Amino acid sequence: MSMLRYQPPLLASLPEVAVPFGPEVAAGLAAGDFVRLTGIVFTGRDQTHRRLVALLDAGQPLPVDLAGQLLYYVGPSPARPGRVVGAAGPTTSYRMDAYTPRLLACGLAGMLGKGARSAPVRRAMQEHGAVYLATIGGAGAFLGACVKACTLVAFADAGPEAMLRLEVKGLPAVVINDLAGRDYYEMVQKGLRPTG
Amino acid sequence: MNEKDLGPCSGGAGEPGRRIIDTSTVTAAVRELAIAAAHDLEPDILEALLAARDREEPGLARTVVEILLQNAEIASRERIPVCQDTGVAVVFVELGSEVQVAGDLAAAIQEGVRQGYRDGYLRSSVCDPLTRVNSGDNTPAVLHLASVAGDRLTIRFLPKGCGSENMSAVAMLPPAAGVEGIVDFVCQRVQAAGSNPCPPVLVGVGLGGTFEKAALLAKSALLRPLGQPHPRPDVAALEERLLARINAEGAGVQGLGGRTTALAVHLEIFPTHIASLPVAVNIQCHAHRHKETVL
Repeated sequence: MSMLRYQPPLLASLPEVAVPFGPEVAAGLAAGDFVRLTGIVFTGRDQTHRRLVALLDAGQPLPVDLAGQLLYYVGPSPARPGRVVGAAGPTTSYRMDAYTPRLLACGLAGMLGKGARSAPVRRAMQEHGAVYLATIGGAGAFLGACVKACTLVAFADAGPEAMLRLEVKGLPAVVINDLAGRDYYEMVQKGLRPTG
Repeated sequence: MNEKDLGPCSGGAGEPGRRIIDTSTVTAAVRELAIAAAHDLEPDILEALLAARDREEPGLARTVVEILLQNAEIASRERIPVCQDTGVAVVFVELGSEVQVAGDLAAAIQEGVRQGYRDGYLRSSVCDPLTRVNSGDNTPAVLHLASVAGDRLTIRFLPKGCGSENMSAVAMLPPAAGVEGIVDFVCQRVQAAGSNPCPPVLVGVGLGGTFEKAALLAKSALLRPLGQPHPRPDVAALEERLLARINAEGAGVQGLGGRTTALAVHLEIFPTHIASLPVAVNIQCHAHRHKETVL
């Protein structure tokens, strides 16, 4: 690909949001906002969700207190030697829908993934004051480069589905579901998205 | 990749007049294909993304396409997979009638997948459908073997991510549904998929045959160079019509709006039964990885 034919995206002007964030910050996020996330997120995808909910069912403590945290639906590819992580883009969020209301009840501040959420998840987000953001599907190399540190938290035997603690810097994300109950994908479909 | 890189294509006792290819040659080729496919997007997909970037107004959609282009550049330069979902390995093999593989061809391919995913630091995503236990080496690959004329062995490698695969479907329409029924079903599937399959997508459509043939046609439609129309004019016209409608009513880049829900629609057809009209839709994400080699 000729380097002359494409320009790197100008992301520096996007507002930076520190993660995890409290209710005041969540209240300031509106559906359609394009932001950069910097801070700590915990990873989880299908197996992690299944196991977290099994622990809750059994009355056992979770490997990490999810209260106030942001959960990123990702199963990174293995890191080459000397690298923090491989590719680390979002996986499709709806597969987590069956488990998400249980985790929202634990005080989760929000989730990061891609694709629309079910009506029960959206209701639970409203009830618990959580937001949902999407990052860019299929941009795993770009997003992996936004990960500055990675440590194992739990479920190592689940391989790519293990739970990790990631330190991210400037990870681009779009707010899909805000505290006002708006859904950006729906706004796009209805032609209601803000211009510019 | 060429034969020189892969070592000599000889060894073993074959039938007279047949070209012999050693299984180690096949394994080495598949290993290379797996690694290259994960890291380097083909020029056809890069061209399509550049065209999509130029088509979008400045704003969210255009910025996201710019990120996708930068992603491809980082992946290739840093040897990081384009997408962390390095897929289930789908391998299409055409074995020439004048070629003989000295050994177990299928086992050689599976070994190539095993080595490629391990040595390329690619994610092992294959698990048991019931226990969900990961096989650990991304095997087994899904193999499609075909016998063709000639003295060549062609291997096409399509690592298939399942964010998009999960949005695929087969319908057994009544023949009375006609072209309108086909168009409605395909567009409805892409619309329902929304942002899940990482648009802009490539839409593979299989039309005709039987239930399983339609699905395989849809998958093999993804192997055609991007945007190259079907040789039959009426089929090409239908591809164009489907693409226009999908982009007019669709979700846009990543479901975030804009003009590009699909980069292309590829349709493959096959005669069907007088009572039947099978239609399969196989959706592929913009991280459309495909590599091939001829031995």
